[in-house]
Amino acid sequence: MPESAYYFIQQLLNGLTVGSTYALIAIGYSLVYGIIGMINFAHGEIYMIGSYVAFIVMAGLAMIGIDSVTLMLLGAFLVSIIITSTYGWSIERIAYRPLRGGNRLIPLISAIGMSIFLQNYVRLAQGSKDIAMPSLITGGWTIGPADGFSATLSYMQVLIFVVTFISMTALTLFISRSRMGRACRACAEDQGMTNLLGINTNGIIALTFVLGAALAAVAGVLLGMYYGVINPYIGFMAGLKAFTAAVLGGIGSIPGAVLGGLILGITEAFTAGYFSTEYKDVVAFSLLVLILLFKPTGLLGKPEVEKV
Amino acid sequence: MKTRFFNAIAATFVLLLLTSMLLGLTLESNGTELVIQVAEGTRLSWIISGAVIVFLFQFFRNEISQGWQNTRSSMGNAVPTSISEKVKTTSQLSGLKTTALCFLVAGLMIWPFFASRGSVDLATLTLIYIMLGLGLNIVVGLAGLLDLGYVGFYAVGAYSYALLNMYFGIDFWTGLLAGGLLAAFFGFILGFPVLRLRGDYLAIVTLGFGEIIRILLNNLTDLTGGPNGISQIPKPDLFGLEFSRRAKEEGNVPFHEFFGIDYSSGYKVIFLYLVALLLVIATVFVINRLLRMPIGRAWEALREDDIACQSLGLNKTAVKLSAFTIGAAFAGFAGTFFAARQGFISPESFTFIESAIILAIVVLGGMGSQIGTVLAAIIMTLLPEFAREFNEYRMLMFGLMMVFMMGWRPQGLLPMKRPHIEVERKPQGVVSMQSDNLTTSGNQLVREV
Repeated sequence: MPESAYYFIQQLLNGLTVGSTYALIAIGYSLVYGIIGMINFAHGEIYMIGSYVAFIVMAGLAMIGIDSVTLMLLGAFLVSIIITSTYGWSIERIAYRPLRGGNRLIPLISAIGMSIFLQNYVRLAQGSKDIAMPSLITGGWTIGPADGFSATLSYMQVLIFVVTFISMTALTLFISRSRMGRACRACAEDQGMTNLLGINTNGIIALTFVLGAALAAVAGVLLGMYYGVINPYIGFMAGLKAFTAAVLGGIGSIPGAVLGGLILGITEAFTAGYFSTEYKDVVAFSLLVLILLFKPTGLLGKPEVEKV
Repeated sequence: MKTRFFNAIAATFVLLLLTSMLLGLTLESNGTELVIQVAEGTRLSWIISGAVIVFLFQFFRNEISQGWQNTRSSMGNAVPTSISEKVKTTSQLSGLKTTALCFLVAGLMIWPFFASRGSVDLATLTLIYIMLGLGLNIVVGLAGLLDLGYVGFYAVGAYSYALLNMYFGIDFWTGLLAGGLLAAFFGFILGFPVLRLRGDYLAIVTLGFGEIIRILLNNLTDLTGGPNGISQIPKPDLFGLEFSRRAKEEGNVPFHEFFGIDYSSGYKVIFLYLVALLLVIATVFVINRLLRMPIGRAWEALREDDIACQSLGLNKTAVKLSAFTIGAAFAGFAGTFFAARQGFISPESFTFIESAIILAIVVLGGMGSQIGTVLAAIIMTLLPEFAREFNEYRMLMFGLMMVFMMGWRPQGLLPMKRPHIEVERKPQGVVSMQSDNLTTSGNQLVREV
């Protein structure tokens, strides 16, 4: 195979890695949007908080002498899911629930305020510097010529694929099989009717925020370890990208969010690989604008009918 | 009692979960290793006192809300007056208003000649924010379109003056016109595709546009100078009279030589302030006129109910687009003036934070209300200046304020009021029930009966 083919494969792998974490965050947007029809603007900050908690847990475990990578990973996932879920729940209670039912602009503005608040809260609490962590998982498989450019699939990337796959399967099973998942779907269909049938819709709405936050935490742990550097501002960009992914796939649809995330990740990787790294973000936003222009429902979304 | 206790305990536990990790522990880099440290005592005491407050608040929640409602109802007893009396006072008030406004403007014109240079400079900055707030107020407050990329148009205005001056040597006043027009053009072009979108999509797409403009400015190094920005942008002149010690261009006479007075750099600061004041007055005037025109009413009608508007034959896209374009034009004017005042611009000045601050001004002041926006802009720019140590916490406070304003007073501190007279309503016996708090309104019902 020529060298360019290996280069292509490498970009594809990188794109799929980043894309699958975008997909995890995008699911959070889609879940919330599917049920209350609003964007959780503070979702990107949840992802950032997930990364911070994971770093704190891993550094803490290393300090008390636990070196096992498995244990560190488990600890990081567990604690950051718990903490971010609490954040997700609190955001719903503070910025969304009291404002439900009014003008749509009002919860959106309060969520933007929440996002600014959380970003600055972490900045003040943890400092605005970049925080770097040495990578825990090193090595990988390499294919291609020894002297020229070769494509590498690192173990970290494999971990990202596996964990993403597991969490998505778990979510799909939860939504499609469990009692609560059924309640969620019913809520998305018709909230008033669901309420009449004796389901606590407030609880279900809170649950979707928690589920989205938990997935964002998983993405935060994975992407934090993959890049090795975090700062309080990463949530802003990640949130925008994930939102783009959710819209691309059709907001409100979970398979759509996954598809959108992967497409966005791959597009970005190819832009960075063949064109220029600086314009990576421009491409992501242009993609968002184009999709909204030509197919506002996204790839897999259902058309929305506005009723009086 | 028991459930109350458990609720309070649960709330306290949630607070501890939220704060203990991020506030109680800090990440530090120690060489290549990453270590965590327990935060210093003050932070820990914050966490504990926060937990105690939350516990007490949750525990005595019913008493607190009851007390709050009692004070509210005792305060809100206005003396009923007849309608004719009200009409009289309203018309008298509007006459008084005009006189007061004239005095205010005169005062604002004279004031800088007696004030210190620093305070005039600060006032100029405040005026820029007032202009931005008023412009965004058209888009967000009146038309109800959440624009999070407003700073993008501000950047367009600033850069178009700076670039046109650098390449074609145009002066400030032409630049002002060009900046406003170009920003409006950008608003038109960008608005055309995105205004079909629903509110929340619009917010994110405009946010994306703002970022795209910033990234482009940062990366088109040949044209815009990239992150280094553009420097030596000339200040405005008064009919060709420059405010520098010596005229930069051949044949020009500096201001002080023309009038035969001693050179002072203070004149320049005062002149900048007066230009800004003029721009703000023009902005207020234009927006006030627009509000009384059919277009202004259409904006507000569209904000309230777009389906009803469409069925009444309003062209939704055209109305939205006009608001977006006019709002962008004011950002362009503000941007041009900003570039001239600073003399130096770089993409750093046009980040999302700036958009958020302008939005916070509009939200705090009251959506749609001009006087509210002006007051909010003054508060928002002066507060950090007076309390330097507060500066660090500024954005934190802005974020918190946006959340609480939306919950407490979504209409803002000074909501907009159309001239109208309210007729006293008979006190209502039935409290409206909401599915959210059936039990509490049930209690109220019993109490009031």
